[in-house]
Amino acid sequence: MNSTLLRTSALRSAVRATAPSAASRATIAGTTFVRGKATLPDLSYDYGALEPAISGKIMELHHSKHHQTYVNSFNTFSEQMAEAKHKEDIQAQIALQPMINFHGGGHVNHTLFWENLAPTKQGGGEPPKGQLAKAINDSYGSLDGFKEKFNTALAGIQGSGWAWLVQDTQTGSVLIKTYANQDPVVGRFRPILGIDAWEHAYYLQYENRKAEYFKAIWDVINWQAAEKRFK
Amino acid sequence: MLSAYPLKALLCFTLPFSTRIVVATQDPIIIQPIEFGAMSSPTYHLPPLPYGYNALEPHISTQIMELHHSGHHQAYVNNLNAALKNHAAAVQSNDIRTQISLQQAIKFNAGGHINHSLFWRNLAPPGSSESKSSSAPNLIKQINATWGDEEKFRDAFKTALLGIQGSGWGWLVKTGTGADKNRLSIITTKDQDPVVGKGEVPIFGVDMWEHAYYLQYKNGKAAYVENIWNVINWKVAEKRFLGSSEDDNACLKSTQGLLQV
Ligand SMILES: [Fe+2]
Ligand SMILES: [Fe+2]
Ligand SMILES: [Fe+2]
Repeated sequence: MNSTLLRTSALRSAVRATAPSAASRATIAGTTFVRGKATLPDLSYDYGALEPAISGKIMELHHSKHHQTYVNSFNTFSEQMAEAKHKEDIQAQIALQPMINFHGGGHVNHTLFWENLAPTKQGGGEPPKGQLAKAINDSYGSLDGFKEKFNTALAGIQGSGWAWLVQDTQTGSVLIKTYANQDPVVGRFRPILGIDAWEHAYYLQYENRKAEYFKAIWDVINWQAAEKRFK
Repeated sequence: MLSAYPLKALLCFTLPFSTRIVVATQDPIIIQPIEFGAMSSPTYHLPPLPYGYNALEPHISTQIMELHHSGHHQAYVNNLNAALKNHAAAVQSNDIRTQISLQQAIKFNAGGHINHSLFWRNLAPPGSSESKSSSAPNLIKQINATWGDEEKFRDAFKTALLGIQGSGWGWLVKTGTGADKNRLSIITTKDQDPVVGKGEVPIFGVDMWEHAYYLQYKNGKAAYVENIWNVINWKVAEKRFLGSSEDDNACLKSTQGLLQV
């Protein structure tokens, strides 16, 4: 998972303006780091490409503002963490952990989210195939049955958060889990497919009608990306 | 606009159009067996705003106010009533599992109802006398004693609000007891957790859910937090600080509660 997060994406979108400076890059095992700094990944589609499911305005703010802020804040707190480690200040390290979890989680979650979306022209909405399709059918009976359960999970989030299709690394089976705020999918579970249920993800277009957003987003789900994550 | 404030507590009770309207006869002897049998549960309702949807412009847009009150707050009320009804049925049938499973829905939706009811009343049109901190002499004295001056208090409040990770609220709360009964503190709460700790009195709250500002401020929540100071109702804040905010309590009573008033 980490290799997808800190890399400099080869997929460049025309709308992107800022790219990290090449001067400070070091390559470790095929992964490009910018002195360990996180960077905003490019989208592999234009901001308007997910319309009408998700408006271009939402995509632009969500990617260039919200996600960028998580990246910036994660880098800031990571520097502070490095400093606290250098000083062997354990209290400071512990105090910084929620900030790393929140902003690092925001970066990780959004990066995975952009990848598991695609315009319909690029396969968005096409149902999963192969092993993932089988795992979903085994657990939920059918894709429609799965979507219904997933949307129920999304609707049940009290506050900000995400719903994920995850794979249990112990049993190999898939299940739906919700996470509060920007808590990332780490540890026992592997993220397969995530949907952002924060209000900023839909409010400009759907206002308080979030069920409509949850219904529409399946038209632009990139199941191919999800299949690649499934092991 | 200000003269139109329906500040009378009873105006909080726009009873739903149903048979429950008979509670207005205030005759519990006749009504109770019919209306409030063992399986009944209280019904809460959306309190009307004490000002128009456009009254907080330009700091909070009309569109935000309308969606926030008639959409979001109404949904908390509806979901609370539904959860309480299911809970009452589960009590009736001795179904303890269902009762427990409903606790979180009750807390979330009742919290949403309480928080928003307090929030609407601690806001006031910009430029009104209520929106001036001079309307809260006792509270301001305590704020100055606690934070140094109003400016420092606002900075501390802003820092707290902007530090919320996810959805939540920021509150100025009176937390003291005994000789220290006027002690103030700034707290943040997650999602719709209400301020119901022992001895805690909410003075005013600011909704930091994205729905509270997004249509107008988008990702610029710092500007929302900056502008909210133009529409804080210091008169209501003073009343809550002095412990004389019966209006708030009346707003939060269910229609069943009205019978007992
Ligand atoms: Fe988001
Ligand atoms: Fe009211
Ligand atoms: Fe709200």
